[in-house]
Amino acid sequence: MAHDTTSRHDAPPETGAPGDRLNRELAGLDALELGGGTGRRLLQRTWSAAWPMAAAVVIALAAWQAVVWSGWKEPWVLPGPRDTFPVLWDQVASSRFWKAVALTMQRAIIGFAMSIAVGVVVGGLVSQFRVLRRAFGSLITGLQTMPSIAWFPLAILLFKLSESAILFVVVLGAAPSIANGLIAGVDYTPPILLRAGKVMGLRGLNLYRHLVLPASLPSFVAGLKQGWAFAWRSLMAGELLVIIGSTTSLGVLLSQARELNATADMISYMIVILVIGILIDQLFGVLDRAIRGRWGLED
Amino acid sequence: MTEAVTAAPSRTAAAVRLRGVSKAFGSAKTRLLALDQVSLDVAPGEFVCLLGASGCGKSTLLNLVAGLDKVSAGTIDDGGARVALMFQEPALFPWLTVTANIELALKMRGVPRPDRRPRAAELLDSVHLAGFAKKRPHQLSGGMRQRVALARALALTVDDTDATQGTVLLMDEPFGALDAMTRDLLHDEIERVWRDRGLTVLFVTHNVREAVRLGDRVVLLSSRPGRVVEEFPVPMDRPRRIDSPEVASLAATITDRLREEVGRHGA
Repeated sequence: MAHDTTSRHDAPPETGAPGDRLNRELAGLDALELGGGTGRRLLQRTWSAAWPMAAAVVIALAAWQAVVWSGWKEPWVLPGPRDTFPVLWDQVASSRFWKAVALTMQRAIIGFAMSIAVGVVVGGLVSQFRVLRRAFGSLITGLQTMPSIAWFPLAILLFKLSESAILFVVVLGAAPSIANGLIAGVDYTPPILLRAGKVMGLRGLNLYRHLVLPASLPSFVAGLKQGWAFAWRSLMAGELLVIIGSTTSLGVLLSQARELNATADMISYMIVILVIGILIDQLFGVLDRAIRGRWGLED
Repeated sequence: MTEAVTAAPSRTAAAVRLRGVSKAFGSAKTRLLALDQVSLDVAPGEFVCLLGASGCGKSTLLNLVAGLDKVSAGTIDDGGARVALMFQEPALFPWLTVTANIELALKMRGVPRPDRRPRAAELLDSVHLAGFAKKRPHQLSGGMRQRVALARALALTVDDTDATQGTVLLMDEPFGALDAMTRDLLHDEIERVWRDRGLTVLFVTHNVREAVRLGDRVVLLSSRPGRVVEEFPVPMDRPRRIDSPEVASLAATITDRLREEVGRHGA
């Protein structure tokens, strides 16, 4: 057996004991396996994300202008970008516009916050209890597919033309997606992690706090993103249908513009609605990418 | 050195003692016997390798010893030893840094908050990952992750004095998913941690040479159901090399016996 060990001991003395050698070998292998990162610069990343978006905007504007030039509709019915953007600029400079945006965003934030609360409670309960899962699992998915505008007649009967009617429909639109995101996250907690958690003695509340909830975070954020899309759609439908007294919201501005046949104003508001929706969706995208990056789920 | 050791080791009280342990899954009709009357004594500080083909119930056995599952018959006595379990996958929590993974284990072990960070650092140092505490698991290589998993397993067994003496470490094919080079180094590493900390190790593998490289004793299990077929003491001095003739020769003997056992299922 001596020759088994000689190769470990016959290293020159200045390189130290076999233990040191193992340390050095481990460190060497670690260094080799980690390799060098090929992290791209922020500027480069921003540019590579930005130019396709800019190109898409240019193509959309060109298509719009092409339709206008084709003479399909009178210019006062369908104005081109060149007539619309000055109007949009005027709008953005007016205080009435910003009051409308403020009211709409206030509703969006309150409605979305309530949706999160309802979605988390419902999703938490349903993912926890098998009976509730059987009872409500498919109902939640069903609610998700139901067009939220179909709720408005009922909402108006229940709450009259009020903020509550709008919030009711926003919550019904967004909460199912948020609940489903949480349920899916809890369901797909990797079994190997659950086993590791069990070995560590994670049980009950600790199991949720330290394992199940963090593990379901990516799916939950995906649910939030989808929930936001539904909330924003429901809110716009609501603001067009439920017009409350003298309030000024984006929906009110939009329907007033239609009544006045002010198409350029209408298109301006639509652009604003689109841009707000995209911006907030991007925020969730940033959150999602941050989580995926931290966890090493990025490709 | 190939004769079976059937007499129970008598030197000292066993760290883990299994007596007639059976485990069946499923209902009365679809009953599947995974383990049948397994008796095994592991002495304190002993490194025992459990070896068997697929379906020998190796993992079931470790789950039983770890207390993750209940025996159908028989008894398991670990004398109240602290038991830690390591899997083939590192199973680290991806949302936590390396040190936070270990600190969570320390927290569950009841270590007070101010002590956790320094003790996690000591544990990481003992698996030679002191410089990687702030990394996240995905930033490490497979072998490094498995060393973090080892540190976390050790964290579950520390007491107030940081001693891990009397700890039983159960390892379920921990190096099965690693390349040969990394595995070779980790064999040296686990041997050192085992020796330095006076651990008792029950190491499951289907790699015969690995079992001979590491074990004081290799216990061969049959498949479906799992029974102890034969035990092979490993007489070679440490450190051993996995490619040495002595290891190869004993491994060949055990492999023959294992293949004989597997062949019975093909008849």
